[in-house]
Amino acid sequence: MISTLRGQSLLSLEGLEREALVEVLDTAESFVEVNSRAIKKVPALKGRVVASLFYEESTRTRLSFETAAKRLSADVLSLAVASSSVKKGESLRDTIATIDALGIDAVVMRHQSSGASVQVSRYVPHVRVINAGDGQHQHPTQGLLDAFTIRQVLAERRHTTGPESGAELFEQLHVLIVGDIRHSRVARSDIDAYVTLGAEVRVAGPRTLLPVDIDRWPVTVVDDFDEALEWADVVGLLRLQRERGSGSFVPSLGEFTRTFGLTVQRARRLRPETIIMHPGPINRGVEIDSLVADLPSAVIERQVANGVPIRMAVLYLTVAGTRMEGAQ
Amino acid sequence: MSTLLLRHATLVHEQSTQVGDVLVREGRIEQVGAQLERPAGAREIDCTGCWVGPGFVDLHTHLREPGREEAETIESGARVAAVGGYTAVVAMANTEPALDNVALVSYVLDRGARTPIDVAVCGAITQGRRGELLAPMAEMAELGVRLFSDDGTGVQDPMLMLRALTYVKPLGVRLAQHCEDELLAAGGSMNEGLLSSRRGLGGRSSLSEEIMVMRDIELVRHSGGALHFLHLSTARSLALVIQARCEGLDVTCEVAPHHFTLDESACEGFDPIFKVHPPLRTKNDVTELRRGLVEGTVDAVATDHAPHAPQLKDLAFDEAPAGMLGLEHAASLTFEALGGDACDPVRFFQLLSRGPARVARLRAADHRLRHSAHGAVLAAGEDANLVVFDPASRWSASRDDLHGRSTNTPYDGRAMMGRVRATIAKGNLVVDQGEPL
Repeated sequence: MISTLRGQSLLSLEGLEREALVEVLDTAESFVEVNSRAIKKVPALKGRVVASLFYEESTRTRLSFETAAKRLSADVLSLAVASSSVKKGESLRDTIATIDALGIDAVVMRHQSSGASVQVSRYVPHVRVINAGDGQHQHPTQGLLDAFTIRQVLAERRHTTGPESGAELFEQLHVLIVGDIRHSRVARSDIDAYVTLGAEVRVAGPRTLLPVDIDRWPVTVVDDFDEALEWADVVGLLRLQRERGSGSFVPSLGEFTRTFGLTVQRARRLRPETIIMHPGPINRGVEIDSLVADLPSAVIERQVANGVPIRMAVLYLTVAGTRMEGAQ
Repeated sequence: MSTLLLRHATLVHEQSTQVGDVLVREGRIEQVGAQLERPAGAREIDCTGCWVGPGFVDLHTHLREPGREEAETIESGARVAAVGGYTAVVAMANTEPALDNVALVSYVLDRGARTPIDVAVCGAITQGRRGELLAPMAEMAELGVRLFSDDGTGVQDPMLMLRALTYVKPLGVRLAQHCEDELLAAGGSMNEGLLSSRRGLGGRSSLSEEIMVMRDIELVRHSGGALHFLHLSTARSLALVIQARCEGLDVTCEVAPHHFTLDESACEGFDPIFKVHPPLRTKNDVTELRRGLVEGTVDAVATDHAPHAPQLKDLAFDEAPAGMLGLEHAASLTFEALGGDACDPVRFFQLLSRGPARVARLRAADHRLRHSAHGAVLAAGEDANLVVFDPASRWSASRDDLHGRSTNTPYDGRAMMGRVRATIAKGNLVVDQGEPL
């Protein structure tokens, strides 16, 4: 179990203790303010080099990480690795060795294969590896920013602040995660974060899109989706990953929407204060109706905005002090 | 050829053991007995405390030649086999191109004949191992091929498999199946279960193996054919084959060392070294396969020795090729699985030599094929294919100490019990003190 991210790679939220998660959320809180300044920059990582290595294209996540790194004054090396590099015969080890030779402190890595960042962290143990999404395994910063967003919204409602509340706001919190959990790295990271922070997590979705052995996960599978909507304080929707073949797991998109989509009609069952979340990009009309996505209780854009302070916090904690501390 | 006198050995016969000496001359066992006289010029090997039995036979070796010579060649693979105590290996058909015709089989047999050990060939069941059209098995059988398999994948089409079983009946050969239904395995890369689910890796379920074992048992029943089940990895697969055998069907099976020494938890850190098909299973499966070894329900330990060039194991887990090395460690791991110091030497040689030699029909010499007899009795006049195994040895496996072209062993750093000291193949001392000569 990991009790602090300081000086550590961030590969997965599994195994991170509550205090480590709270430390990231609290650190992110201090960076929110930076992002509202006219000059959005602090010198925390001045002189440090952060590489971003995206095997799988993701403009949103890449921009979010690179923005975070730049606001911390780090130098950013942005490497677009065509997914065909594997076909050209370059191994993960060779790619990371090449980048490492340029002299980097951290690498932010997105890969289509589960575990790729775990493997890379073994090849370059002196570099901090930040998993920006690996296959169907984990997307730790998404899990963190989702937890951060929930805490922020709840803290505002209760006229307190995130750091003051620690993990308290998650105690007994009812979180319902809906949809294609089987193929979702976001779901895996979200579940790890929420459960560790003290929330009760239930999942709903077509049985074919629930992971194997879900009954041995720290969640409960709901039988009645409509009832669960009334139970939920937070509803987290997931993108139906048609590119991962989700299509063949359900008869049709229409049927998926009718059974597990957050339609206007179904959204009426939600309490007005229930938070609606989605990691994006949204398939409007599939997992969530357009009108529902635009409800005041939907915090989808806030999730995106919180990506930057969370990633600043992760970069700061993992990178800052690692080399300096070693030198001292 | 050298003259060798093995002194004070524990000779492991088919049913018993006996302390004695073995004199090897001109490629044959000349004499077995106590206190044999040493002929002039004979090299004496003190075998005190060691087991001497028939050389090991591997039913399942990937020699990679032709096509993947950077990973292994017939020459390097034979050397590795000898270090592991093997005097015969069956070269699997999934080379590039596949061993699906007389020309390619002849090539491998010719190359094999130049190595210190005997190299037999397992031909492909279907052309190009594509699972569409039967390969010319009768022609290959004329060359002496006794086993046929599309290993790497099984023959998916049940009608084609039924035809293959029926077609080869008069040929006196045996088909060998890699049991995994590829549609159910769904491109997965580790055992399906909680771990694969939490790690977001596609799973290859035990069902995908067992359903094909079930199917093939019924195809054997229907056709009256004979089938060898390759690398069974689940408790249920083994139970199914045992049941079929009790019902009188002509079925045999092997298990691979990795399946009875490692379980799925090895994949936790996404190291592709541990990726193999069928995948490493659960602890319960490991326990049950070990029981099969001890109780003798398994016919053979077979390595599924699968060399891969290092860069291929540096790919992501789901992109890396499946397979791991086995030849150099199989004997020690079998010894461990049979109870280490409590290991029954008769069972040990049954699993590593006599059982597989029977399945591969290598127990009698075939001079047309230029191969000698394996898994035979220890008696004067028999071909001298022998191994000297030291059950008291304790050592540590290391990827730096391997003798082949690839290093993808899952046992780096593992404590080992028992070790092959010497290998005598076709009357020659080819490995001494664990090193090839």
